[in-house]
Amino acid sequence: MQILQQKLCRLWRRYSPMMVGLFFLLPLGGCSQNWGWYVVNPATPAGQRNLKFLIDGLYYTIALSLTAITISIIVGLMIALPGLSSRRVPRGINRVYVEMVRAIPILVLILWVYYGLPQVAGISISVFWAGVLALAVSDSAFQAEIFRAGIQSINRGQYEAAASISLNYRDTMRFVILPQAIKRILPALGNQLVYMLKMSSLVSVIGMQELTRRANELVVTEYRPLEIYTVLVLEYLVVILIVSAGVRWLERRLNAAD
Amino acid sequence: MTPQPLSAFLSVQNVSKYFDNFCALDDVSLDVSLGQKLVICGPSGSGKSTLIRCVKQLERHQSGKIYIDGTEVGAGDAGQAAIRENVGMVFQQFNLFPHLTIMENLTLGPVRARGMPAAAAAELAMHYLERVRIPEQSHKYPSQLSGGQQQRVAIARALCMKPKLMLFDEPTSALDPEMIAEVLDVIGELADAGMTMICVTHEMGFARQVADMMLFMDHGKIVEMAPPRRFFSQPESPRCKLFLSQILRH
Repeated sequence: MQILQQKLCRLWRRYSPMMVGLFFLLPLGGCSQNWGWYVVNPATPAGQRNLKFLIDGLYYTIALSLTAITISIIVGLMIALPGLSSRRVPRGINRVYVEMVRAIPILVLILWVYYGLPQVAGISISVFWAGVLALAVSDSAFQAEIFRAGIQSINRGQYEAAASISLNYRDTMRFVILPQAIKRILPALGNQLVYMLKMSSLVSVIGMQELTRRANELVVTEYRPLEIYTVLVLEYLVVILIVSAGVRWLERRLNAAD
Repeated sequence: MTPQPLSAFLSVQNVSKYFDNFCALDDVSLDVSLGQKLVICGPSGSGKSTLIRCVKQLERHQSGKIYIDGTEVGAGDAGQAAIRENVGMVFQQFNLFPHLTIMENLTLGPVRARGMPAAAAAELAMHYLERVRIPEQSHKYPSQLSGGQQQRVAIARALCMKPKLMLFDEPTSALDPEMIAEVLDVIGELADAGMTMICVTHEMGFARQVADMMLFMDHGKIVEMAPPRRFFSQPESPRCKLFLSQILRH
């Protein structure tokens, strides 16, 4: 309990100047003639409504990003493993997937999945799942490269030790190699999660009611882009700082284990 | 099925191994019967590690045959099973799993590869930890132990798989001098208890004590093979003589 307290204190000390500084911007801006904070002023009913409308987008941004990153980690791992094979065909499959997917801009992929895929495959797809699919596929190529590098960084002796106690390939990966590799690539996985949270803003173009889409819609009705987009920036900032702190905490916890 | 050529537990027959163009093993033949203790020495790069790594099939040999208990290894699943069942290995660099506790290091194999219940595996692990004299460290992680302790854990880990043949690949070469004795003592006790072993080492005092057959390798060939008494007192080949004079000078 005391340790947790110390950690929270440390986090607060590290981030508080930044946060406090940013929040001071709000009233300061309100004093000048160019700012019109009334549009998101929580003291007025209209401002409160607008603010709630903006912040409610958080749910979709987070749901979208977490679902997509979960899928992309699983797919990425499944793509990474054949890339480590000594045989040429599995390695080729890995290369083709990674190179192709990496070459498609996320925005283009989102548009194609939402407008193109239903025609090609004859299915209907919701905005949410189109977004998840596009983000996950796009990210999986990077995840695959991260996993490959992480697994390759594990000493050959670990494979030999696993073989010396008769573990098969699956158990070797599951109990020996991956636990060590994941610990090493955790910072990179954290980066990808941050990246994913930011890229989820692109799903706004197909009408996903996440943070960015809501900000856009509010700007159209309220004509206050400066204030509304500033709130949007702060929303992403807060979420991502929390995520970063979480990843760092996890890293420390795992490193303490050995 | 190839007819069983020999009664030896391990039979290496005309094995050659190349790394690209470098010949690591050149037509090596060797028999080890149950209970025998073979010590291999020789200069670095002579192929001694490669030989025992081929026995464990961590390296594939390109020609010749290796039999364990009459089954040819490297020939499909039966060979793999024969190695899994019978051969344990201890490495120069210990190769413990750093993310697992000592206990988990020891029980992983019995539980996952042998299907042993966790409680029985833990009991087995404690038994062997006591045998290598570090039962009190079972909850720790490898990085919390000294090199000598880590190597003893590695020996216990191999023993938990109940091998009939133990391979030691320079088990003390990565250790600080004051830790060598504790590891050699454990291996010596194993030898006294009748374990069949092949040990690659530069510790000649230990070899003299434990081995019932000495083997000197150079350039991928077995140059000399003799019981320790004759091996140390009157080596036949000049290469072996030179090696022994250099290694025993101090």
